[in-house]
Amino acid sequence: MDFYLVQFLSGLAQAATLFLVASGLSIIFGVTRIVNFAHGSFYMLGAYLAWTFVERWGSDVLGFWGGVLLAALLVGALGAVMEVLLLRRLYRSPELFQLLATFGVVLLVQDAAFGVWGPEDLLGRRAPLLKGTVDILGRPFPLYDLVLIALGPAVLGLLWLLFNRTRWGTLVRAATQDREMTAALGVDQARLFTGVLFLGSALAGLGGALQVPREAVNLHMDMAMVVEAFVVVVVGGMGSLPGAFLASLLIGQLQAFGILVFPQITLVLVFLFMAVVLVLRPYGLLGRKEEAPPPAAAAGPPFAPTGRRAGLAALAALAALAAVPLLAGEYALIVLTEVAILALAAASLHLLVGFGGLVSFGHAAYFGLGAYGAALLVKHVAAPMPLALLGAPVLAGAAALIAGWFCVRRSGLYFAMLTLAFAQIAWSITFQWYGVTGGDNGILGVWPPAWAASRAVYYEVTLALVAAALWALRRAAFAPFGYTLRAGRDSPLRAEAVGIDVRRHQWLGFALAGTAAGLAGGLYAFAKGSVFPTLLAVPQSVDALVMVLMGGIQTVAGPVVGAAAFHLLRTTLMASEHWRVILGLVIVALVLLFPQGIAGFARRLWNRGAEA
Amino acid sequence: MNRRHILHLIGAAAAAWFAVPSPASAQQPIKIGEVNSYTGLPAFTIPYRQGWQLAVEEVNARGGLLGGRKLEVVSRDDAGKPDDAVRIAGELVANEKVDLLSGTYFSNVGLAVADFAAREKIPFVASEPLSDAVTWQKGNRWTWRLRPSTYMQAAMLVEEAAKLPARRWATVAPNYEYGQSAVKWFKELLKAKRPDVEFVAEQWPAQGKLEAGPTVQALAASNPDAIFNVTFGADLAKFVREGDNRGLFAKRSVVSLLSGEPEYLEPMKDEAPKGWIVTGYPWDQVKTPENTAFVEAYRKRFNEPPRMGSVVGYATFTAIAAAIGKAGSTDGEKLLAALAGLKIDSPFGPVLFRAIDHQSTMGAFVGRTDVKDGKPTMVDWRYADGAAYLPPDDVVRTLRPAE
Repeated sequence: MDFYLVQFLSGLAQAATLFLVASGLSIIFGVTRIVNFAHGSFYMLGAYLAWTFVERWGSDVLGFWGGVLLAALLVGALGAVMEVLLLRRLYRSPELFQLLATFGVVLLVQDAAFGVWGPEDLLGRRAPLLKGTVDILGRPFPLYDLVLIALGPAVLGLLWLLFNRTRWGTLVRAATQDREMTAALGVDQARLFTGVLFLGSALAGLGGALQVPREAVNLHMDMAMVVEAFVVVVVGGMGSLPGAFLASLLIGQLQAFGILVFPQITLVLVFLFMAVVLVLRPYGLLGRKEEAPPPAAAAGPPFAPTGRRAGLAALAALAALAAVPLLAGEYALIVLTEVAILALAAASLHLLVGFGGLVSFGHAAYFGLGAYGAALLVKHVAAPMPLALLGAPVLAGAAALIAGWFCVRRSGLYFAMLTLAFAQIAWSITFQWYGVTGGDNGILGVWPPAWAASRAVYYEVTLALVAAALWALRRAAFAPFGYTLRAGRDSPLRAEAVGIDVRRHQWLGFALAGTAAGLAGGLYAFAKGSVFPTLLAVPQSVDALVMVLMGGIQTVAGPVVGAAAFHLLRTTLMASEHWRVILGLVIVALVLLFPQGIAGFARRLWNRGAEA
Repeated sequence: MNRRHILHLIGAAAAAWFAVPSPASAQQPIKIGEVNSYTGLPAFTIPYRQGWQLAVEEVNARGGLLGGRKLEVVSRDDAGKPDDAVRIAGELVANEKVDLLSGTYFSNVGLAVADFAAREKIPFVASEPLSDAVTWQKGNRWTWRLRPSTYMQAAMLVEEAAKLPARRWATVAPNYEYGQSAVKWFKELLKAKRPDVEFVAEQWPAQGKLEAGPTVQALAASNPDAIFNVTFGADLAKFVREGDNRGLFAKRSVVSLLSGEPEYLEPMKDEAPKGWIVTGYPWDQVKTPENTAFVEAYRKRFNEPPRMGSVVGYATFTAIAAAIGKAGSTDGEKLLAALAGLKIDSPFGPVLFRAIDHQSTMGAFVGRTDVKDGKPTMVDWRYADGAAYLPPDDVVRTLRPAE
C-alpha cells in the first residue's frame, strides 16, 4: 500500500510539469489557432535560463525562486517577441503556415542553445531548503516533488481566476470561442495575441525552469516535451484547462504505474492511451463540441486544372530530368533520386492537406511502412525488386485503410493527433519487433539488383514510377473523387446535405495517400540499401509537412516544389556545422517573403503576368 | 512559370552544383571521409572531433604519408539519421573521392554506413557504434571497429560483478538495442559465473525520457542487492539524483556501463555517485607515457581536458594513418590487408585490429567512482585489455556471416 501511494505521488509530480507546459500550449492554440512547435523549445530555454540564474544566485531561497521566475518571464517575453516579429505577419496566410514558421524557430533555438550553453548536460543546483526527503508511510519522498504537486493545482487556480475574474481573461475566452466576433466587437487582436503568446510561453518556461533541481538540462528537452504536451492538450480536450489538468494527471499516473506492469512498453504507452481516448471521445476528455477547432486548412480558392500547354511543359521537363544522367555526376543523381521520392511523399500528403483539408502529423508511418514492406519482402522471401516495390504500397495502403477508418471520424487537430498516435504505434512495432523488423538496428542489404544497380538506372526507374504516381494522384485530384474530397474540406455540412458521404471519401483519400507514400517508401528503401525505424518517426512526418507548406498548399505543384527546395537546401546546408540555424533562418525568411508558399508565389507572379 | 519549369531550373542548378570533380593525382592529399552525429550528440562528438583533428595534425606535421602526401579529412554531420548518413557517404565517395570512410556514433547509423561501404567496396573504420552486430552478426569484409563492443564492456563489468556478494539483481537500461544487448550479455555472462544470482526486476525507460521518480521507486520495491545500470547522459543524471534522494543506492552495489567516462561523469559534479563499479576513462590518473603525451598535446591544442570521445577520435585516425602507411597505398584491398592484424599505440596502450572479426582490442578502464574535492573521479581502476574479453575464436567464427 505504502509503495503504491509513493508511486502515485511520483506520478503527480510528473503531472505538474506536464500540466504547466500543456496549459500554455492549450491557451496559445485556443486563441491563435497556431500549432506551436516552438513550445518545447521555450520549455528548454526556460530550463537553460533558470540553470544560469540559479547557478549565480540560487544559493538562498529568494535567489532560487527569483531565478526560476525570471527565467519564466524572459521566456514569456521571447514568446511575445516571436509573435510580434514573426507570427503577426502571417495571420492572413493559411493558418497552418504558422506551423512552418514555428518549425523554423525550433531549429534556431536548438542551435542557439548549443552555441550559448555548450554540448554537455548541465546539472543544476537543488532548491534550497527542499533538498531532503520526507517519510511517507516509511518511504522517502523528495520534498521538492511535494512542492511541484502543490504547484499544479495552484497554477490551475490562478489561471481560472485570470480567465474568469479579469477583463483580459474574459477577452481571451471570447477569442477562444469566436475569434472573428471578438475582433468585430473592437478587441485589438494583435495585442491580445501578444499577451497570449507571453502567457503561454512563460508557462512553458516555468515548466522548464522547475526541472533544474530534478534533472540535467540538455539539448534534447525540446522534442521530448513538445509532443507529450500536444498529447495532453488533445487528450484533455482543446481549449479546456481542467481537461489539460485531468489529462496530465492521468498520463502522469499512467507512466508511474505503467512501468510496473509493462516495463517494456514505455515507448508507446502514452500514444496508445491517446489513441484509445480519441477513438472513444471525439473531443478529448473534457473538450466541448462548440470549442472544437475548425479544419486546420482553411478553404482556399479552388485548384485550377492546368491547361494543355502546362501538360506539354510538364512532359518536356520530365524529359529534361530524364536526360540529367548524361550530364551530372553520381552524387547529383543520388540527391535527385531522393528529391523525386520525397516529392511523391509530399504530394501524397498534399492530397490530404490541400485537397482533403486533413492535416496529418503521422504521414511518415506510411512512407516508413512502405520501406519496411519492400525490405521485409527482400529479406524474408528474397523477393525481386519489382515485387518488393509492389508490396510496399500494398502494406502501407492496408495500414492506411485501417488507421484511416478511425482517423477520419475526427477533425482538425484531433485528427492530426490521432494520425500521430497511429504513426507512433507503427514506429514502436518496427522498433521492438526484433524477430521480424530487426528493431532499431533495422534491415540491411536492400540494394537494387544488378540491372538497376547503377545510380543512373535506378534514378530513371524512380523518375518513371514517381512521374506515373504523380500523374495518377493528379488524376484523382481532378476526378469527381477529388472534387468531392474538396467539397468535404470546404463545407462538410453542405456536402452531407447534397448526399455526399464525406467520411467515406476522406477514408479512401487517406488510403490513397498512404498507398502513394508507401510506393515512395519502397523506392527510398532501395535507394538507401537499408531501412530503420527513424523513417516512421516524428521528425520524418514533420519534414513531410514542412515540404508541403514550403511549396504552398494551394497549388498542385506546391508539394513537388517544396520537396525539392527543402531537400536541396537541407542536403547542401548540412555540409556546414551550423546548418540548423541557416535552415531555420531560410524557413523564417521564406515564410515572411512567400506567405503562400513558393509555388503559390510563383503562381501569383504568373497570373499577374497573364493579366498585364 | 509552372511546376515543371521550376523543377527543371532546380534540376539544372543542382547538376551544376554537384559537377564531377577531377581525379586525384599523386601529390594531392589523401582524403578520408568522416561522418558523425555532430548535432545529434555533441557532448560526445565535439571532443571526438577535436581528438581526430589532433591526430591528423600530428600525422601531417611529421610530413604526411606515402612520401609526403598530407592527410585531409572531409567531415560531415549526419544529424543522427541513418538515411542521411548513407547519402553523405555517397557524396564523400562520389564527389570527394575519399579513399576510406570513418566515424559514426549511433549503432544504426554505423550499420547503415557499413552496409554502404560493403556495396561500394570502400574500407570503413567505425569509431564508436557499440552494437555487436557491427562486427559480428552483420559484419562485413570492409568494416572495422575501434571501440570495445557492448559484449566486451558487459564482460568487463561481469568480472567485477561476480566478485560481489549480491545475489538479487535489478537492471535499468534504455529501451533500444544497446540497452537490450547490454542487459542480455550481462545476465548471460553473470549467470555463467554465478549460478546463484537471480534477476528480480528490470526497467526499460525510453532513451532520454526516463521517469526518474517512478523508476527509482519501482527498482527499490523489488529490494535487490545490486543494480546493473545502462542509462547514460541526461537520463543517468536524473536517475542518480532521484535515486540518491530516495536512498536507492544506500547499502546496494551498483554496476554501471560507461558511467566513468568523463562526458557522463563530470556533469554530475559533486553529486556523482560514489562506489559504483563502472567502465570509463580516468584521464588525469593514467600515467602511461602514451596517455601522458596525449593528454598534454590535447590540452595544449584545445585548452581543455580530453574526454572519452577525444581518445576515440584520436585513436581512430591514428589507426587509419597507420593502415595507410602499412599498405603503402590507398587501394581498398591493400588497406583491408593492412588493417587485418594492424597494431597501433593508442593513449590506452597497444591496440590490435583482429583479422578474425575486424574488432580492435582497445579496452576500457574499470574502477569505482568517487568524489574528491567536489569533483567526480575514478578510483581503484585498472585497464581491462579488450583482447581478454572476447569469446574464443571458434565461437566468434559462428557469429559472423560467412564471406
